[in-house]
Amino acid sequence: MSGRPLSLGETIAWGLAGLILFLGIWTTLSISGLVPRQFLPTPLGVITRFVQLLTTPFAGATLPQHLASSFQRYLSGMMLAALVGVPLGLLMGWFRLLDDILSPIFEGLRFIAPIAWVPFAALWFGTGIGGPVMIIFAGAFPPCLINAYRGARFVDPRLIEASQMLGTGHLRTILEVLLPASIPSIVAGLRVAAGLGWQSLVGAELIVAAAGVGFMMVQAQANVSTPTVMTGMIAIGIAGMLIDVLLRYGEALILRRRGLVV
Amino acid sequence: MSGHRRIWAGWATLAGLVLFWFGLTTWTGIVSAGRFPSPAAFWLSLVQIMTRGYAGGQLVTHAWHSLELVAMGFLVAIATGVPLGLWIGWSRRAEAAINPVFLIIRPIPPLAWIPLAILWLGLGDAAKIMVIWFAAFVPSVINTFSGVRTIERPVIEAAQMLGTPLWRFVIEILSPAAAPMIFTGMRLSLQAAWTTLVAAELVGALVGVGVVLNVAQQDIYPGMILVGMLTVGVLGFATTWLLSRVEHRVLAWNVAAKD
Repeated sequence: MSGRPLSLGETIAWGLAGLILFLGIWTTLSISGLVPRQFLPTPLGVITRFVQLLTTPFAGATLPQHLASSFQRYLSGMMLAALVGVPLGLLMGWFRLLDDILSPIFEGLRFIAPIAWVPFAALWFGTGIGGPVMIIFAGAFPPCLINAYRGARFVDPRLIEASQMLGTGHLRTILEVLLPASIPSIVAGLRVAAGLGWQSLVGAELIVAAAGVGFMMVQAQANVSTPTVMTGMIAIGIAGMLIDVLLRYGEALILRRRGLVV
Repeated sequence: MSGHRRIWAGWATLAGLVLFWFGLTTWTGIVSAGRFPSPAAFWLSLVQIMTRGYAGGQLVTHAWHSLELVAMGFLVAIATGVPLGLWIGWSRRAEAAINPVFLIIRPIPPLAWIPLAILWLGLGDAAKIMVIWFAAFVPSVINTFSGVRTIERPVIEAAQMLGTPLWRFVIEILSPAAAPMIFTGMRLSLQAAWTTLVAAELVGALVGVGVVLNVAQQDIYPGMILVGMLTVGVLGFATTWLLSRVEHRVLAWNVAAKD
């Protein structure tokens, strides 16, 4: 691009300058009273609140407890999405009839935002655990299904021909040919699903839940406690990032073990 | 798979689905009316909201209001995200300065901004536009940025050698070269915009599709919930289709866009 790449020192210097400018504007707006302190606490104020919430309960639980209950729902929703989505995707990739029947349905459902399932989720499964789990499922299911399906559809035809020539049955073909060959695609899908599922969880907890980080934020909003809302945002951001890093690491590990990446 | 077979299968599935729906609700009653509406109940809800209105307005009013907010937030996001993407794609210093701030803000899902937006701007339209802007901004910056980075050096060097002024360079070289990626970003932005709007309206709003869903949920009115969900789907589909038409028109010169 314009000129040579920056040296490491320059990158750090510019990065620091950007950060200082960002935090400087924020602090100035808050301290000067240009934006009322109540609505825009200083960065330090937010950090103080974050540390405070680690031990002091808000909306019935401390921050770690809220996070724990969010994670519990998140894991249930993700497991469900993977356990239903991946096998169904593989089956659709193998049985043409199933593909013909189900593809148009999913094609149509794609346009309905996962969060729009909230009313039915609440009606069918309540607002405790079941409702939010269904929303996470609605967000995380499509990438699980689509990636398993694509993986199965684009398996090297020679592998399938070879296994058919040897008289392999349907079940064994799916389990021993399609599944192993689609692993990279499935793992990539799971990572996308993890991100979307986390998003959906936040949405679900904002609307229907009685615990969790999203619930804490809504309560804080009702009490006009801006530092608590911002603490929730930071906690959600960090947790989402950790999930992504973990899955990236797992993905790299699996790909390396299968000799796909040197 | 041939296109004909696909279309045929689509209609067959739709017919099968409708029969299945009748079968489970109206004919056998396996699924109770309190859980999922029968086709007749759905139709009555649709007629009700189209003529007499529901949750403070007719369907057209709600749909139009949501559409307006998405369009506005989306346009603001494109108008701010694309220039920023072009800038940090072009200038390594700008990239170095903005990257750390971006890295802090990016992991926060757009939906997590909703409480803050309501705290700052209330339950009105401004808060919705703010969260939609946040949701659509990030994909448009990132994709524009990658688009600029795909431009080949010789093109840039040739332009510089010929002494092209900066504004012509941005309009005639940078933007067209990055256009395919910019559109990819727009498609992702549009999806994010709808998800965020529906969530924001479910949390709190006065008019909009999300309000229909919310009131229907409180009234335990499955027919109207289904109407609301289908409206969300139709609006999402229509805007995606519109964007793809624009993309084909704008990128007519680009073979890759004609897949």
